[in-house]
Amino acid sequence: MLSVEHLSVSFVSRIGTTRAVDDVSFTVQSGRITAIIGESGSGKSVACYSLLGLVPQPPGRIDGGRALFEGEDLLQMSDAQLRRVRGRDIAMVFQDPMTCLNPYMTIGRQLMEPLRLHRKVSRAQARERALALLQEVGIRDPQTTFDNYPHQFSGGMRQRVMIAMALINEPKLLIADEPTTALDVTIQAQILDLLADLQRRRDIGIIFISHDLAVVADIADSIVVMEKGRVVETGDREAIFRNAQHPYTRKLLAAIPSGSKAPAATGAPLVQVRELRTWFRDGGATVKAVDDVSFDIHRGEVLGLVGESGSGKSTIGRSLLRLVAASGGSVRFDNTEVLSLARRELTALRRRMQIIFQDPFASLNPRMTVYDTLAEPLLLHRLADRGSVAQAVLKLMDDVGLVRESARKYPHEFSGGQRQRIAIGRALATRPEFVVADEPVSALDVTIQAQILELMEQLVGEYGLTMLFISHDMTVVRQLADRIIVLRRGRIVEEADSRTLFEHPRQAYTQQLLRSIPGRAHAR
Amino acid sequence: MNTGIADIQQAPPGSSLWQDAWRRLRRNRMALFGLCVLVLLVVIAILTPWLAPYGYAEQNLDLGATPPSAQHWLGTDVFGRDLLTQIMYGGRVSLAVGFIATGVALVIGVSWGAVAGYAGGRLDAAMMRLVDILYALPFMIFIVLLMVVFGRNLLLLFFAIGAVEWLTMARIMRGQVQTLRQQEFVEAAVSLGLSPLTIIRRHLVPNALGPIIVYTTLTIPSVMLLEAFLSFLGLGVQPPQTSWGLLISYGAETMEEYPWLLIFPGLALTITLFSLNFLGDGLRDALDVRGTAD
Repeated sequence: MLSVEHLSVSFVSRIGTTRAVDDVSFTVQSGRITAIIGESGSGKSVACYSLLGLVPQPPGRIDGGRALFEGEDLLQMSDAQLRRVRGRDIAMVFQDPMTCLNPYMTIGRQLMEPLRLHRKVSRAQARERALALLQEVGIRDPQTTFDNYPHQFSGGMRQRVMIAMALINEPKLLIADEPTTALDVTIQAQILDLLADLQRRRDIGIIFISHDLAVVADIADSIVVMEKGRVVETGDREAIFRNAQHPYTRKLLAAIPSGSKAPAATGAPLVQVRELRTWFRDGGATVKAVDDVSFDIHRGEVLGLVGESGSGKSTIGRSLLRLVAASGGSVRFDNTEVLSLARRELTALRRRMQIIFQDPFASLNPRMTVYDTLAEPLLLHRLADRGSVAQAVLKLMDDVGLVRESARKYPHEFSGGQRQRIAIGRALATRPEFVVADEPVSALDVTIQAQILELMEQLVGEYGLTMLFISHDMTVVRQLADRIIVLRRGRIVEEADSRTLFEHPRQAYTQQLLRSIPGRAHAR
Repeated sequence: MNTGIADIQQAPPGSSLWQDAWRRLRRNRMALFGLCVLVLLVVIAILTPWLAPYGYAEQNLDLGATPPSAQHWLGTDVFGRDLLTQIMYGGRVSLAVGFIATGVALVIGVSWGAVAGYAGGRLDAAMMRLVDILYALPFMIFIVLLMVVFGRNLLLLFFAIGAVEWLTMARIMRGQVQTLRQQEFVEAAVSLGLSPLTIIRRHLVPNALGPIIVYTTLTIPSVMLLEAFLSFLGLGVQPPQTSWGLLISYGAETMEEYPWLLIFPGLALTITLFSLNFLGDGLRDALDVRGTAD
């Protein structure tokens, strides 16, 4: 149905020309799901966007190739012709459903808009079609939600609305660009099911763009692997998973987290949390983000904290460090009550407990060099003086795997993975005993994820850390955690050591989380 | 590459931003040109009593208004005073008002806004309500009151103008800080144990500078014109003392007969404003570390 041949796209800037897509060929058949896999910057999105004329030119430039869609070359079409194809024959679903929906328009109107744009239908007909479609993508009670605004829907529901919007003109090809990356695992599993189901029922072709091989393991029929703008391997799902040829594909497969570590020998409790409550006031209502949670973290242990968004897992981490004020309960760190500590003593204690954040873009001051970022805690806590600080910073950079030459660079000059290394370095600068890692790898590509997890595992040993590792991703937690706590709606659902939890989950919710892990059947 | 590591040993932390900014600014020709012109104008203003060809009160009534000539390069005004001398003396007042009043506004506004934005809650509410109250006070009454109580005085004029201009500055800064405060790098700074003042100084203010610099370059000219307005009402400087604002407003009255009386003071103000804008844009770019790849 769609056949892309020798497509090349470049970006021209003052500094020079970069080839984003280099001689890429692949075909998409109707009634099949074709997955395009690659890291960020591999050109997977650019390749698909350029087909629809969605790459701005300049700076983009299509250097050559053909893209035959039902016999017609998309690359030769005029803007007007392309506009007719877009949305009618080929539709797109984007990563972030919140930013792609207009917050000031009801979803009903947004759904009807593309329909009335491309076809001559009356308002009543359009409404009827939109309602039927909402039903089909699994929106409960579409009659009442039709006139709701996007913010009244959850992330998963918004993505369903986006899919409905893409399908409303009955396209023959659907391009889904990381449609589940922003979603929780259980929601992700539902959306993947929905896409597979729609594809079977409607017999359309789907291009599924993702950085995560595990996500597409269950639904893709064929897989195209891209690296640095080139296609390195193409094949059926079975062939890719059983018998990958290219080293890069093997690397991607190896990066699918699997296995768990043997529980470490642990000492006395370092952190004791008792009946911790953190409530927020939201307008008139009280939101119980953390509701009566008690647990211990032993010296030298990595405790995993798993839950979906809104389960209160990040709030627990921040409450322990007093970055968020707790409403009640007790947190004892090395037998000192943290929650009632006065400012001066708290500052002294802060040296001993640190945090690593999820988003390495937001967690570093954009106007401070790596050197300044790492030197700040050292000087603050007098762990180094003016004379010795440079040496201490360079040592820290070595420890987290940053090259010394980059000391004078600013955060934006680094990739996401390197930035997370800087953030880890800053947290370790004060030689803390306890570190809260709040989703430290969820913003990263899978291969980078594996590297950062490895680094953290190594540093836990080297620095003798005790860690609270927070994540929504079961497989990531499993790699690092000795013990795991499952959290739901601010309460602990289940607590067990890592292996027991994965092999014999007791609670239904834990079982459901484990079932939602993508690509279980294929990960070894 | 090696020098990069060698010279970090000397630099105290936090200074890289300013060093880098200066390095970048030096490479921006327009900004450098603006800076040079401004420095030159300030030097001239300071040395005016020795440089000016005539005394500022010296007049030759027989001469009247004459166009530029060899004796009077920029001509004379209706009272036969040398225009060049007037512009030089006027520059002293205008530049001083522009820079000092804006400086006052900058310091008060940025600290006030940053503290309010960072503290949040009741302190923020109280601080910003005070700003609202001052906003609501009629500016002219405020100035007249000051002049009546303390007598007319140039320093008081600087203070009065600065005291009005900082309000907007504080609001801009507070807005900036409120958005920045949500970011995780601020939370990271808290968890490192930094004091609120250090966080504001090192993490918040440098990140909020862009809009502040732009607003500052807009404030300086508006302050200069405000001075002209006050002087025109008799609340600012009085003849025979003068300022660019006054020269322009008198020049505008007689522009049909004696156009040079408007053109030259106007030119002086324009050159200053252009230089300020070039410098302001340059500073903003230089402080934005993401701006240029180097």
